[in-house]
Amino acid sequence: MWQKIYLWLDERLGLKEMYTGILDRPEPKGNWWNTLGSASLFLFILQAVTGIFLTVYYTPSPDHAYDSIQYIMTGVAFGWLVRGVHHWGATLMVLVVFIHLLRVFVTASYKYPRELTWLVGVGLFLMTLGMGFTGYLLPWNQKAFWATTVATQIAGSVPYLGDFILKVLRGGSDLSALTLQRFFAAHIWILPAILTGLIFVHLFLIIKHGESHFPQKED
Amino acid sequence: MSGSNRISRRDFVKVTTGTIGGIITAAIGAPAIGYLISPALSAGAKEAWVPIGQKLEDIPLNVPTPFSFTRTQVNGWERTSTSFGGFVIRKSADPKDILILSSRCTHLGCTVNWHPEANEFICPCHDAKFSKEGVVLDGPPPKPLNQYTEFKVDNDGNLLIFVKEG
Repeated sequence: MWQKIYLWLDERLGLKEMYTGILDRPEPKGNWWNTLGSASLFLFILQAVTGIFLTVYYTPSPDHAYDSIQYIMTGVAFGWLVRGVHHWGATLMVLVVFIHLLRVFVTASYKYPRELTWLVGVGLFLMTLGMGFTGYLLPWNQKAFWATTVATQIAGSVPYLGDFILKVLRGGSDLSALTLQRFFAAHIWILPAILTGLIFVHLFLIIKHGESHFPQKED
Repeated sequence: MSGSNRISRRDFVKVTTGTIGGIITAAIGAPAIGYLISPALSAGAKEAWVPIGQKLEDIPLNVPTPFSFTRTQVNGWERTSTSFGGFVIRKSADPKDILILSSRCTHLGCTVNWHPEANEFICPCHDAKFSKEGVVLDGPPPKPLNQYTEFKVDNDGNLLIFVKEG
């Protein structure tokens, strides 16, 4: 019966072509450096899943943000694990995405016809940093508060536009409930939406062009 | 290889993949489910002995004497205080001969008041009337006033009641 269901679906979805196109495509000789993109994708999915779980208990209000995280850490079964994975996964993701970017640069894989893949990838790297920046404020402890004070101040040092940028980031001239709320919105809706979109473009381009050869000595 | 009891390479890989996959799924799935249903499991004991703030000997005989107490509930990161009230009626000098009624109207939860001139509890919301024993005399309530049936007097003479709700 499963065979019948599979055939019915395959006829309409083209599962076989999807499989060969996405997972069974021709590859250059394997190299561990070529796995960093997949590692980044895995970390993104891990962050998305643990992040969704954290929103079950986290509340982005100055009154309760800190308390709700204390509750996740001490009151919820495996809360420490979910938050721990999200916390360390974030650091690891920035690291892995950066090394992936370095690898592409060093092996010159960004060259024709893959310039767009590179540009989208740079966008992905910036979005990843944005996720780290906005997520850092959410625990609403002293470190988060002052780190965001300093970082928004840095953004505010841009000539002419600085003051405006600072106010847009903070939602006013001070770091307040508005800042926490808009950082939360950016962290769970805006940046992930952009990231997801860019990831699909990135993957489409990779599947379209195939992976680049690792350069040899004579290249 | 059919007929022999040696397992084929293909079957071995299938079984191993399935087993390891199952273990990984359980190792991730169990904490995930535990995380989501955690508050339902840890809903703490709400039952407690609560002093009503009066000594038994100070409560007059045969007069419904009001009392109130507040209970604090911690839900996650939020504390909620709820007030409760009732009346103590000492029917005789016997310390066991006490009727303790909740002042929460059994209709829609308003607080009933004792009216000595009418010798009735009257609910201000829908004019329900209860007798001194809490029996419905008039109005919409479906059942008599609730009673705190378990009570005790500690060594200092304070009256305590056993409360089952938060």
